Amino acid sequence: MSDVRIITGNEAASLGVKLCEPKVVAAYPITPQSALAETLSRYVEGGELKAEYVRVEGEHSALTVCISASTVGARVFTATSSNGLLYMHEQLHWAAGSRLPIVMCCVNRGVGAPWSIFNDQQDSISQRDTGWIQMYCRDNQEIIDSMIQAYRIAEEVYVPVMICYDGFVLSHTMMPVTIPDIESVRKFLPPYKPHTILSPEDPRTINSVLLPVRRANPEGVLCDGYMEMRYKLQAALDQSRDVIRKANELFAHTFGRNHGGMLWEYMTDDADLILTGMGSIAAEATVAADILRAEGVKAGVVGIRVFRPFPKDDVITAFGHAKAIVVFEKGISYGYEGALCSDLKAAFFGTDSKAPIHNYIAGLGGRDVKPRELVEAGKTTLAAVEAGRMNHEIKWLNCYTG
Amino acid sequence: MGKKDTNISALCTPAPGEAGRTGDWRDMRPVIDETKCIPTTKGKAACFLCWLYCPEGVVKMSIPVEIDLEYCKGCGICAEECPPNAIQMVREGEINE
Repeated sequence: MSDVRIITGNEAASLGVKLCEPKVVAAYPITPQSALAETLSRYVEGGELKAEYVRVEGEHSALTVCISASTVGARVFTATSSNGLLYMHEQLHWAAGSRLPIVMCCVNRGVGAPWSIFNDQQDSISQRDTGWIQMYCRDNQEIIDSMIQAYRIAEEVYVPVMICYDGFVLSHTMMPVTIPDIESVRKFLPPYKPHTILSPEDPRTINSVLLPVRRANPEGVLCDGYMEMRYKLQAALDQSRDVIRKANELFAHTFGRNHGGMLWEYMTDDADLILTGMGSIAAEATVAADILRAEGVKAGVVGIRVFRPFPKDDVITAFGHAKAIVVFEKGISYGYEGALCSDLKAAFFGTDSKAPIHNYIAGLGGRDVKPRELVEAGKTTLAAVEAGRMNHEIKWLNCYTG
Repeated sequence: MGKKDTNISALCTPAPGEAGRTGDWRDMRPVIDETKCIPTTKGKAACFLCWLYCPEGVVKMSIPVEIDLEYCKGCGICAEECPPNAIQMVREGEINE
């Protein structure tokens, strides 16, 4: 019998972590992640999760504890939000460069200054180039399921995974979630096999300085230089696309829920207009697509589930023959446009797809985004494209300053 | 090309010269005056603060004390710590071996 509970996104994440049985958890509380860190410490204290919970004085240390524990062979977990993630920035690079399969949650929140505790995705977007796999969840079910997939993916390709979900919109919103059973999870997720095990009997120097050139180690083996190690990280992310797709397929086969591998589609087959985004705003776009369909506009949605590695081939198939594409983003690369918008344009360059891509920055710092507003944005874009106006300045949805 | 490096993270067994021959970075060379050096003058294991403080581990705890100039970067910490001032830092190229 399935175990369905009505829970928040943070509760879904906590239960997901518990099912994956990490040996070390280190997290520093920050809104809106706090409930996740608190619940995990309660699990550990109550003996429900046989892990060590390491209390730290900040996020930089939280990830450093995870890096150390992962290096000596433990499955680890951490979570943060907003400025806490920014404070981890240096160690994000370090975790990826060390090829440690750490899984963390980023409960998405706007970054300061000025302070906001509310949701947007600027925190994780600005960590795009740290070498982590980034997955964005659309609802609480996807949070718990992605957690289980994330460990499998991370431990197969030895790349850390960041599971991103929208603060408050998901983290504090209750919805029905089916809790997978522990036996099936254990079968789906084999025990963590570290690529290197540090032990005092067989010592290793790790991450010592690598020079611009390749050179022989004391045993005479020609070792990779800095650039070769960095290439291996890029190659691992490139190879992870297949691993992510397969993990999703196996998960769907085992648990009966398919969240899409790199992305998911909603009524895209005959769509003239495709709305796209990441996380809860893409889920909301499905409501907008329903409204547009009722009004006679052939609309569909593509939800980008994995932002890094970028689903470069998947998007070409998914966006197919759309006449217009609208990208809604809860973040921006300041001085240019939304990061997803740029990536999509780049993926389509040189292909047959000539659909104009319009960019809306929406919902920064928790500003409400209503389906009706997505509908209007979609119609405006479609009308402009049909009138032959292909150029487009990025628009800030519901932003009233001049 | 030799054996392929199969490591996916940068690691090696601890050994001298992991980061290459760092001795050629040196501007200043430590020169020991054996008439002042405590273990050498006393003829027994004593002091060895140069060995203790050397950040590169290139000082040998021996009588007389030896410094491995293949890897000594010439930082001068041994000279700074030496109680009888037996170690002088001399600019490279100004003295003969």
